[in-house]
Amino acid sequence: MSDASTKKVLTQPIVDNNPIALQVLGICSALAVTSSMANALVMTLAVVLVTAFSNLFISIIRNHIPSSVRIIVQMAIIASLVIVVDQVLKAFSYQLSKELSVFVGLIITNCIVMGRAEAFAMKEKPVVSFMDGIGNGLGYGAILMVVAFFRELFGFGTFFGIEVLPLVQNDGWYQANGLLVLPFSSFFIIGLVIWAIRQWKPEQVEKD
Amino acid sequence: MEHYLSLFIKTIFIENIALSFFLGMCTFLAVSKKVSTAMGLGVAVIVVLGIAVPANQIIYQAILAPGALDSMMGITDPTKSIDLSFLSFITFIGVIAALVQILEMVLDKFFPALYQALGIFLPLITVNCAIFGAVSFMVAKNLTLGESVVYGIGSGVGWALAIVLLAGLREKMKYSDVPEGLKGLGITFITAGLMAFGFLSFGGISL
Repeated sequence: MSDASTKKVLTQPIVDNNPIALQVLGICSALAVTSSMANALVMTLAVVLVTAFSNLFISIIRNHIPSSVRIIVQMAIIASLVIVVDQVLKAFSYQLSKELSVFVGLIITNCIVMGRAEAFAMKEKPVVSFMDGIGNGLGYGAILMVVAFFRELFGFGTFFGIEVLPLVQNDGWYQANGLLVLPFSSFFIIGLVIWAIRQWKPEQVEKD
Repeated sequence: MEHYLSLFIKTIFIENIALSFFLGMCTFLAVSKKVSTAMGLGVAVIVVLGIAVPANQIIYQAILAPGALDSMMGITDPTKSIDLSFLSFITFIGVIAALVQILEMVLDKFFPALYQALGIFLPLITVNCAIFGAVSFMVAKNLTLGESVVYGIGSGVGWALAIVLLAGLREKMKYSDVPEGLKGLGITFITAGLMAFGFLSFGGISL
């Protein structure tokens, strides 16, 4: 595999073939963990790690997996990786793991991980699959960070917890937007992000 | 009885698994183009949730919960107490996958008509995060066996209600003039957002 195509595998999922905006994968967690930039960043890291390593391991043993039990094998690998991530989070950042609650566990059923294992890692070589995992994790993370940026900045007036727009309650001038504090506001933001991407790249527009 | 009834109503409307916790969103957005298919998937989810949540509740309380195995192994020293709760994710997903497989075989044998109707949706349910999410919430909320049956069926009904409503809206939306770039997924996101907004009003009910 030449350098050029490895790079393409890594960068393509970020805008051209984004898992959330085009492949409709991994939406559940994208909505619930985007109330602050810090949560979104941790979630992104977790998903990048799990997707990359599950792709790597599945790709290494792809020729030994009988196709009738492949889902179970993939699930076992993914679930083990998620357990590792969950235990590490609990050990080093208990507060964050409480805030993300069940959503770390839900990475197991995050369709990005499953979808990439099934669609890519079962066919390609380990190194490329690893890159594909990182790329798709980043594509997912990119949307997460954009949504979290808007929600945290306009909902709480902060950026990574640092005050940017001083709130009225703290003798500032900014009246916080209560809508953006609520989880479903990410529906609207993701909808608008998809609109923006499709204006930029018209080939992604769906035909009737 | 009243306790179970209020838990049931609460899981359907106030804590709707699709519209307040955003679980099972992938299938929710992808398979909601037609009311008839949405209805089939909804029924399948109710059945699987109604079995999977209580089944996992039994397994968790009997084997995985901290200290659950102590009496069986004859451990009395609390410092040596067995805690297998770190295995819960992998156990739950295994149980769900096995359940879906068994359900598929049972339906194929005894209810071929229903199996034909649900056919393609059943395997998809394994990776539907509504199932896994409801099981995780069951553990987090520490429900009893009776409560977990009600919780499982209630969240299934809530999810089915939400997907059928969304499919109904999307069928009507074929006749509206949506901007080019917003067609399909974009407008579906915004519709689902407005629906979640609507369901928020149930939050005022106190049971």
